Amino acid sequence: MLTVVLAPFVSALVAPWLVRRLGRWASYSLALVPGAIFVWAVLRLDSFAAGASQVIPWVPGLDVALAFRLDGLSGLFVLLISGIGTLVVLYAGGYLAGHAMLGRFFVFLMLFMGAMLGLVLADDVIALFVFWELTSLASYLLVGFQSEKPEARRAALQALLITGTGGLALLAGLILAALAGGSWRLSDLIVAGEAIRGHGLYLPAMVLIMLGSFTKSAQWPFHSWLPGAMQAPTPVSAYLHSATMVKAGVYLLARLDPAFGGTAAWTTTLLVIGGITMLAGLMLALLETDLKLILAWTTVSALGALVFLIGPATEEGARAAVAFLLTHALYKGALFMAAGNVDHEAGTRDLRNLSGLIRAMPITFAATAVSSASMAGIPLSLGWVSKAITKAAAIEAGGFLPLSVITFATLLLVAIAGMVAIEPFLGQKSEAAHEAHEAPPSMLTGPVALASLSLLFGLFPDLVSDAVLAPAASAVAGSPLAVEAKVIKPFDWTLGLTFVAFAAGAALYVLWQRRAERWRDRLDPVLSRGPDAGYDRALAGLARLASWQTRLWQPGLLHRYTAATFSVIVLVTAAALFRGDLRLAFPVDRVRLIEVVVLALTGAAAIVAALATTRLLAVTALGMVGIGVALIFMLFGAPDLAITQFMVETLVVVLLALVLVRLPGFRLSAAADRPRALHAAIAGATGLLVIVLLLGVLAEPFDPRLSEWFARASVPEAFGHNIVNVILVDFRAIDTLGEIIVVFAAALAGLAAIAARAARKDAR
Amino acid sequence: MSSLILRAGTRLLAPMMLLFSVFLLWRGHNLPGGGFIGGLVATSAIALQGIAFGPASMRRTLVFAPATIAGAGVLIATFAALPAALAGLPFFTGLWLKLDLGDGAVLPLSTPLLFDIGVYFTVIGGVCALIAALEEEPALEDQDMGG
Repeated sequence: MLTVVLAPFVSALVAPWLVRRLGRWASYSLALVPGAIFVWAVLRLDSFAAGASQVIPWVPGLDVALAFRLDGLSGLFVLLISGIGTLVVLYAGGYLAGHAMLGRFFVFLMLFMGAMLGLVLADDVIALFVFWELTSLASYLLVGFQSEKPEARRAALQALLITGTGGLALLAGLILAALAGGSWRLSDLIVAGEAIRGHGLYLPAMVLIMLGSFTKSAQWPFHSWLPGAMQAPTPVSAYLHSATMVKAGVYLLARLDPAFGGTAAWTTTLLVIGGITMLAGLMLALLETDLKLILAWTTVSALGALVFLIGPATEEGARAAVAFLLTHALYKGALFMAAGNVDHEAGTRDLRNLSGLIRAMPITFAATAVSSASMAGIPLSLGWVSKAITKAAAIEAGGFLPLSVITFATLLLVAIAGMVAIEPFLGQKSEAAHEAHEAPPSMLTGPVALASLSLLFGLFPDLVSDAVLAPAASAVAGSPLAVEAKVIKPFDWTLGLTFVAFAAGAALYVLWQRRAERWRDRLDPVLSRGPDAGYDRALAGLARLASWQTRLWQPGLLHRYTAATFSVIVLVTAAALFRGDLRLAFPVDRVRLIEVVVLALTGAAAIVAALATTRLLAVTALGMVGIGVALIFMLFGAPDLAITQFMVETLVVVLLALVLVRLPGFRLSAAADRPRALHAAIAGATGLLVIVLLLGVLAEPFDPRLSEWFARASVPEAFGHNIVNVILVDFRAIDTLGEIIVVFAAALAGLAAIAARAARKDAR
Repeated sequence: MSSLILRAGTRLLAPMMLLFSVFLLWRGHNLPGGGFIGGLVATSAIALQGIAFGPASMRRTLVFAPATIAGAGVLIATFAALPAALAGLPFFTGLWLKLDLGDGAVLPLSTPLLFDIGVYFTVIGGVCALIAALEEEPALEDQDMGG
C-alpha cells in the first residue's frame, strides 16, 4: 500500500522530464500510474470486506506510524481516485496539449493524486492529517495554475485559507478524538465508538472535526471557495469535484460515522448543514450561466446531500451515501470533461452564447445527456438506482421532511440537467456553434467512459452492489451490510412522487428559460452579500488588524525598540526580585585598586556618552565603555571573552563610522534631547538592576558543580583545554549552531534593509 | 578617507591579521581563540582592506559574495553534526581523527574543528556583508534621517 501511495509522488518528480522527452505521449505514460493502481485495487476487491493493513513505523516514540488500511470505504475511494485519475490524466494531455507549463501541471496533478490516495488509505490520524494538508496544498497549486490571472490567484488563496483553517481545526479534533478513543489508529477509534461518545472530549472533538470536513467539502457557510476553484483548468475541476479534494471531508465524516455517529448533536448538525447546502447549491446553480459554475454549484449541493445522508448514521443512510458517492463521481467527472470540451471547441461556456452544438459535437452531447440523466435520476441510469436507495433512507430517517427535501432536490436537478444537456446542444445553431467541431479522442475517452459506466451500472447494478458498494456501506455503518440495488422497483407512492418531481422539474426548466434573466438581475445584489463577500470582508479585516498592530509594535525607530525592550526587562526582573526576600552581599574587602581604576574610567565614559552633544563623541565614549568592559573580563581571567569584546568594539567602530558619515548634521539635534532624560532613566535603572542582581547572586552560596564538571570533562571527553571553546563547539554545539544561524539571518536582514532603502531612494 | 600611509600599512597588516585569525581558530580548542574570535579578527582585516582600498577590493579579497560565505559557514557547521548522526551517535557528538604524520607528530582533526571553521566563516561572511553593503551605499540626502 505504501507503494501505491508513493507511486504518484514519484511520478510527479519525473513528470516534467517525461513531458520534455515524450511531448504529447507523456500523458499516456503518466496515466499508466493511476491505471496500475486501479488494476491493483480491482484485483483486491475480494479483500475489501475483510480489510487489509500495513504499518510502517514513522515516529515510534510518539506511537505515530504510517499505517495504511484498505477496506470497503477506502477501496471505493481508491477505485474512484485512480480510475477517474487515469481518465483525467489522459484528458489533460489533450486539453492542455502544447501548454508551456504542461510538465508543471502534471507535477501538481500527480502530487494531488498521491495525497488523496494517502488520505483515504491512512489509518493513522496524524498520517491522515498530513495527507489532508497535502491535498490542500496541491489544490492551491492546481487552482492557481493559471497564475497570470488575478482571479485564479484569489481563488487559490481562498481555497487554501478556508481549507487550511479547517485543517487546523481538524488536527485539534483528531488529537482530541485520539485521546478520547485511546488510540492513534482510525481502525481502533471506529470500534471504540461508545467510549468516544461517552467521553467529555466528544463534543469539542466532533465540532472541530466537522469544521475540518465542512471547509474541505464546501458545506454552507464555507462553500464559497468551491465555485471560485473553477478558475482551475477543466481537467482539475473534473478531478477535484468527482473523486478528490472535496470528497475528503465527506470521506472523513463517513469514516468516523461509526465512532461519532448516533448522537443527536451529530445527526442534527449534519442533517441541517447538509440540507441547507444541498438546496442552496441547487438554487444557486439555476442562477448561473457559466456551464462550469452550474456544475460547481451542483457539486456543492451533492456534497451537502452526502453529508445529509451520513447524518442519521443509519444502515440505509450508509447504503445511500456510498451509492450516491459513486453515482456522483461518475456523472460529475463526465459532465466537467464534457463542459471542458464545449469550452475548448466552441470557445465559450456561457449558456447564453451556446446552442445547437449537437451536430458539431455528437459524442460530447451523448456523454452529457447520459450523465445529466444520471444526475437527475432518470430511469435506466445509475442515478435512478441510487435515488431509490436514497428514498428508502429518507423514509427510514423519519419520513416527511427528509423525503420532501429529496423530492424538491430532484425537481431542481431535473431543471439543471436540462440547462446542462439541452440548452447548449439543441435548438438553433449559435454563432459559437458554427465554428465548433468535435473534441480529439483523448478528450472524449474520459467523458464517454464515465458516461458508459453510469449507464452500465444503471442497467446492471449488480455489477457494483455486492463487490464495491456493500463493503463500503459496511465500513460506513460499522457493521456488515448488504446492498440491494434494483433497476425495477414495485410501484408505490414514492415512485409516483418521483415522477411528479420529474414533471415539475421539466416544467421549471421550460419556464426558467424565459424568466431566468430577470431573476438573475433581481437576486444579484442579495447574493453579492453572501459568504463569498464575507470572506473578502474577513480577509480585509485581518489585514487591517495586522497593519494596526504592526504600526503599534513596529514604529521603525531603533531607540523606541531599545527603550521598550529594556523597560520590560527592568520592570519584570525587578518585580520578580522584590517579591522574594532579597539578600545582598557587599564583598568590598576583595576589591583591587586596578578594578576601581577601570571602573572609574568606564563609568566616566558612560556619563560622557549620555551627555555627548555630537555623534562622534557619543560613539567614542561608547567605545571606551566597551574597552573598559573588556578590561574587566581580562582582570577576571576570561581572555576569550575579552578578545571577543575588543574585536566587537573595533568592528562596531568601523560600522558606526560607515553609518556616521552618511548621517546628516554632525550635532545631535534638539529633537533628540527630549527623550534623552527618559533614556537616561531607563539606562540607569537597567544598570542599577544588574548591580542589585549581581550583589544578590553573591549573597547565595556558589554552586560549583557545573563549572567543576566542565573543568573535569573537558580534556578526557572533548580533548580540549580551553573550556570556553570546548563548551562552544562540543558540549553546547547546538546552541552555537543556533547562534550562528542568528548571525546569518541578522546579516541577511541587514542587507535587505539596506537594499530596501536604496530602492526607495531610487524610486524617489 | 584613504591615505597613502593607511594603504601601505594595510598591505602589511591585513595579511598578517588574516594569518593570525587562522592561528586563533586553530589553537582555540586548547588556548584562548576559536572560530568566533578568529572570524572577528579576519573580519577586521578585511574591513581594514575595505577602508583603505574601497569595497570593490574587499569583495575581490573575499572572492565569494559575503552572504554566500556566511551561508556556507552555517552549512559547514551543520555538516559537522553529520558524521555522528550517520554513526548512530547523538547529534553533534565530537569525533576525532588523529593523523600520525610520523616522527611522533600527530595532527588531530575533529568534527568540533570543522564546526569551528563553520562559525569562522559565518562571522566573516555575516559582518563583511553588512560592512560592504554600507560602504557601497551612496550618501543619503539630508531630509532622509532628520535628527
